[in-house]
Amino acid sequence: MRFTPCNERDREEMLKALGIKAASELFVDIPKDVLLEKQLSITKALGEMQLRREIESIAALNKSAKQLSMFLGGGCYNHFIPATVPAILGRSEFYTAYTPYQAEISQGMLQAIYEWQTYICLLTGMDLANASMYDGASATAEAMIMAKNSSGRKKVLVAKGLNPEYKAVVGTYAKANGLQLKEIEVDELQNEIGEETACFIVQQPNFFGCIEKLHEIEKKVHERGSLLVVAVAEALSLAFLPKLAEANVDIVAADVQSFGNSMNFGGPSAGVVACRQQFMRQLPGRLVGKTVDASGKEGFVLTLQAREQHIRRERASSNICSNQALCALASTVYLATVGEKGLKDIAKENHENAEYLASKLEKAGFEFPFGKNFFNEFVVKRKDAKELQQKLLSKGIVFGLSLEERFPELKDCVLVAATEMNDREDIDKLAEQLGVLLWS
Amino acid sequence: MNLSEPLVIRHFTGLSRLNFGVDNGFYPLGSCTMKYNPKVCEEMARLEGFSLLHPLQPLQSVQGALRLMYELEKMLCEICGFARFSLQPAAGAHGELTGMMIVQAYFKKKGESRTKVLVPDLAHGTNPASVSMCGFEAVEVKSDSSGNTDLEDLRAKMDENVAGIMITNPNTLGLFDQNIADVCRIVHEKGGLVYGDGANMNALLGICKPKDLGIDVMHLNLHKTFSTPHGGGGPGSGPVGVVEKLVQFLPLPLVEKNGDKYAFEFGGENSIGKMRSFYGNFGVMVKAFTYLRAIGSDGLKQVAENAVLNANYLLSRLRKHYHLPFDRVCMHEFVLSDKGFPNNVTTNDIAKRLLDYGFHPPMVYFPLIVKGAIMIEPTETESKETLDRFADAMVKIKEEAAENPELVKTSPHSMPVRRLDAVKAARQPDLRWKE
Repeated sequence: MRFTPCNERDREEMLKALGIKAASELFVDIPKDVLLEKQLSITKALGEMQLRREIESIAALNKSAKQLSMFLGGGCYNHFIPATVPAILGRSEFYTAYTPYQAEISQGMLQAIYEWQTYICLLTGMDLANASMYDGASATAEAMIMAKNSSGRKKVLVAKGLNPEYKAVVGTYAKANGLQLKEIEVDELQNEIGEETACFIVQQPNFFGCIEKLHEIEKKVHERGSLLVVAVAEALSLAFLPKLAEANVDIVAADVQSFGNSMNFGGPSAGVVACRQQFMRQLPGRLVGKTVDASGKEGFVLTLQAREQHIRRERASSNICSNQALCALASTVYLATVGEKGLKDIAKENHENAEYLASKLEKAGFEFPFGKNFFNEFVVKRKDAKELQQKLLSKGIVFGLSLEERFPELKDCVLVAATEMNDREDIDKLAEQLGVLLWS
Repeated sequence: MNLSEPLVIRHFTGLSRLNFGVDNGFYPLGSCTMKYNPKVCEEMARLEGFSLLHPLQPLQSVQGALRLMYELEKMLCEICGFARFSLQPAAGAHGELTGMMIVQAYFKKKGESRTKVLVPDLAHGTNPASVSMCGFEAVEVKSDSSGNTDLEDLRAKMDENVAGIMITNPNTLGLFDQNIADVCRIVHEKGGLVYGDGANMNALLGICKPKDLGIDVMHLNLHKTFSTPHGGGGPGSGPVGVVEKLVQFLPLPLVEKNGDKYAFEFGGENSIGKMRSFYGNFGVMVKAFTYLRAIGSDGLKQVAENAVLNANYLLSRLRKHYHLPFDRVCMHEFVLSDKGFPNNVTTNDIAKRLLDYGFHPPMVYFPLIVKGAIMIEPTETESKETLDRFADAMVKIKEEAAENPELVKTSPHSMPVRRLDAVKAARQPDLRWKE
């Protein structure tokens, strides 16, 4: 066996030491009637060469962003990943380690997470951030539970512009927690929010790409003693828009896929919850803190564990244990590589590409039902949008996400995105193909 | 701050050298199944045909991804005996939460309002936390003197108000619960469901199927049993499998095959809904799929047998030297304690001293019912030589505790830092760098 180092002789010696003839004798406690008599019906083992061929042939049935022009966002973005990221992620001291329970032998991961917490605080302006969550959607759901626990209130309002994936997950968690969830338009907030509302969840920029007026929202939310939870599905927007803390946001739930994580068909990426100081004890998940060792030297540990399930069990702030540490590390390396100015430049480039795309689409006769107050994605409308999508796909262009299935009222509407990967050449190619399709 | 690339690489390479993974050495962290992570799995997950897929791409352009998910699910069903699996949960605890929501939805549909869930005193902390995240009350069930579920206590607590039990088998003592058949019968007789925490599935691969033991819903940890790396704390993947009657409650979408085409099935009014965005940690699924294809059906049983043999052998080397609270044939792991150790040397001291011998310490102070627990899981991917070296170190530490206790109590001596002040960290939280 390739992955089991004990050879026959070792096994014989071990069996002898135990005074038994075969390893099967060690399964004495398992009821006889359930022991399997024949092998499982799974294919036989494959050698590495055959194995590669098979897996590669399955991968070849897909069309990747290398083969397709991707104008698709909606909570997952095709961004460039610098070579430093895979180089560091490939260090198996990181990727084959467990959660850093034993601090003295895990200083590398612990410091990296501390740096990550710092980056998230710098990007959002919030006081503290946890060591990561599964993704942006579950982070948003956990933020909702934080709001419930710290306010004792049982009603939650969700903006219609929250990503449908996030909305679905928030809905699942709310149902299980006995929370009453209501979806509203942002301009209904004043009427809908009340003394029973634990929080209002709004996405920035929202699912349709629009930049929300958080300052106005914040006042209405806080007037009623409710909390403002802001979900961020496109983390790069943090480098383009004013810091969330400036709008008095209470809790931020973000997905950082955009920072150095491949799209991976939707996972893994990492989520994160950041918040104001006063919610520290309600924060779910791991936290790394700086401290000193027995000789006064600086070092890092997992801290404030009294919130967590392995200490507090049924009274924990969340049940989360494993998070997405390696994806958080990817983001940390990404942010260190591109730097503050680099990140702002990338964000600006995204916005400019999106504006260029919008101008080309406008010329091609698309309407903008939500206007043009966007960062790097927006909604366009045209009677024949669906038909064009199909035709463009045959030309190797993924022209956005049709919204009709998820939002029946948005017939003929498509959500399109442009990142730094969609440069002018890419957009010109799209415009040219559109031209051919529209005028032929 | 703007850094040049050489500085970035030196910084993070430097950090990596302060870390320790399975590739660096023995990592017998009980309950975590720290087995070797085959390199080919990593490479396959990085193939552009997998890593550069957008989750909302047209289905005809992601048929390979769907096929992989479909076939992985089929394999997991065969291994466990379940009708279907959802691959969506992102980690073990996320799988538990999913499972508890399924239990909740099942009773809701039946029109029953059951308010409690039984959790053995041996359970992982995530179990009671998952229970209360669904609004259930967690009620503890005791273990008996043999390390099995105490049937008398179970009978006293199981009634029509109880939705079910969360059971880990082999349990966190590393013992196969000899009462499992009775546990499932008692719970089922009162209409309850049995949830299986699959963290310890490594011991049962190809040996028996959890469904045949009477389990109704269970999560697996692809990052434990199926050899995908732990990533320093994730990403993991915690697929949830269920018996036929619970399939309708699984998170959506599931992958269906029609002819030679694969599609996502989003229907199903009884589904608990979505647990995370899109379809789960797909990259992790690719690694687990590759692993399963690499070892095949013949390899699966060998994994379990070697894991159990390694654990029993290591136990045989240590039983004379360390207190063994439950003296039985163990499965893939076993639990010792610091009871009777000389000069008040504690489990924590032993763990820290092991660092000086080049080993990652075992899980410590868990399970909670064993005072000063030392939980050791060697896995099948260790050689006899490594097990012997570890046993030698453990024996040596006991000698040191008798002869030179200060050496052990002030360890580690060879790490980049000495013991860290956890109290200061919690009392004066410094959670981010500030200028």
